[in-house]
Amino acid sequence: MNSFIIGMESQNVQKIVIGALSLAAFAILWELLAIIVNNSFYLPRFSSVLSAFFSVIQSSFFFNDVAISLYHFIIGFAFALIIGIPIGMLMGWFPVLDKALNPIVEIFRPIPPLAWIPFAIIWLKLTHQAAGFIIFMGMVFPIIINTYSGFKNIPKIYVEAAKVLGSVSSIKLIKNVAIPAASPMILSGIKTAMGVGWMCLAASEMFGVSDSGIGYKIWFYYGIQAMDYVVVYMLILGFIGLLLDFLFRYFIQNRVLKWQKGTVV
Amino acid sequence: MGDLIIENLSKEFKKGSNEFLALKDINLSVKNGEFVTILGPSGCGKTTLLRIIAGLETYSSGTATLDGELITGPGPKRGMVFQEYSLFPWKTVLGNVMFGPLMQNFSKDEAEAKAMTYLNLVGLSEFKNSYPYELSGGMKQRVAIARALANEPEIILMDEPFGALDAQTRNNLQNELLRIWQEEKRTIIFVTHSVDEAVFLSDRIVILSKRPGTIKKIIEVSIPRPRDRTRPEENAIRNEVLRLLDTNENCEID
Ligand SMILES: Nc1ncnc2c1ncn2[C@@H]1O[C@H](COP(=O)(O)OP(=O)(O)OP(=O)(O)O)[C@@H](O)[C@H]1O
Ligand SMILES: [Mg+2]
Repeated sequence: MNSFIIGMESQNVQKIVIGALSLAAFAILWELLAIIVNNSFYLPRFSSVLSAFFSVIQSSFFFNDVAISLYHFIIGFAFALIIGIPIGMLMGWFPVLDKALNPIVEIFRPIPPLAWIPFAIIWLKLTHQAAGFIIFMGMVFPIIINTYSGFKNIPKIYVEAAKVLGSVSSIKLIKNVAIPAASPMILSGIKTAMGVGWMCLAASEMFGVSDSGIGYKIWFYYGIQAMDYVVVYMLILGFIGLLLDFLFRYFIQNRVLKWQKGTVV
Repeated sequence: MGDLIIENLSKEFKKGSNEFLALKDINLSVKNGEFVTILGPSGCGKTTLLRIIAGLETYSSGTATLDGELITGPGPKRGMVFQEYSLFPWKTVLGNVMFGPLMQNFSKDEAEAKAMTYLNLVGLSEFKNSYPYELSGGMKQRVAIARALANEPEIILMDEPFGALDAQTRNNLQNELLRIWQEEKRTIIFVTHSVDEAVFLSDRIVILSKRPGTIKKIIEVSIPRPRDRTRPEENAIRNEVLRLLDTNENCEID
């Protein structure tokens, strides 16, 4: 038992050490390569990215950029939930609605979200809502599809057990059985959607909807050829995406799904 | 209250264009407070009959009435313990047992009080906060029984509830079920594969024949309880049941 724990610990230590060494080697290689290339537009040096990073996080506009990007993200996310979950539920529960809505969903689903940029501009002008709309388009389909298939695959036995206990109407069955039974699928759809939505974020801020935001800043610094700042904002974009994923998993998924034995979500 | 009458009931399943007769001319009446078991080879329609009584399955002809009311769909007067595990995995033991009373519009406190009464009855009150995955098979079926009882149905339909359990657990649960039945005085219709179980538990044993399922014979078991599993009285009935099942060609009793 003791040696088992020590074994686990030394494995963790090993993992951290190897990971750190690998990152350090990557940074050194990057620096060397940038010195050889000797063109900060093609490849900014690691060291200048590092100093750009510190000046960005100390700047007054950094917080604003993150806030604006999260604002765009939340607009898209909120609408995707409000629209996607009910549509998925209705399609999954009522076969008629499945038949009616399925062709429509299948026509719009494969369209890349960024292809909506022209209409976003026409319908919503250059507003935060236009950026939110692009993110919405990326998020809504994974939510619809997962909610739908979660509802389609509810074990019949739970529905029958609930009926026998007096929960007979569709509304009661959806509330008491279908939603909890489908919750693992719905939540994993939301998680996928968050990933897709975050990926749409950069592009959604590049067509002039605002003068701040992480995606906007990537475009802005590219315009003034400050590629070290571009890299900083790229990394920040990736990091916040990772953080959102982590927070969702630990505070939502794992809590809601604690009834699932040893499931890896 | 709790009088079930089934008359000339038949059930056809449609498989593609073929029709398949699962139950034929079933006539059975069960009085309030009676413990009836249904015994028969696999595939003879035991589950189908129970599901019809529960209102989960339609029937093709004949009638099924409870207290003179035609059965047309599921309802809380008829509780069911399913052949497979059916607890809601997302609810705790307490949440599962409270579900029925909550659906009957009892307040949360009342529902919880009822649930605790029946969890005590099956001896699982200290597991009230566990999730189903934390329970053994026998415990799951006891919770399922408590969940059916908590709704205070007039009839409890039980479909091989102990089928998946080892002999020891099974014997214990049979004793427990008899105790509960005697305390609660509810009608029980109990499907089983086991002749011993049927003889040990029931007032009457309904023997179904192989496809299409028809009632072959109904045997009265008038041995007073508590019964034994090995005395000559029990054995005599056991042998009679086995003989009836034996005359069924290709019988698959286990
Ligand atoms: N939904 C259905 N559609 C078509 N046929 C069905 C359906 N349900 C049951 N059957 C058929 O009806 C017959 C009776 O099935 P049933 O499940 O009632 O048997 P059973 O006596 O409970 O068997 P077991 O002892 O194995 O549980 C079987 O031949 C089965 O294939
Ligand atoms: Mg069966």
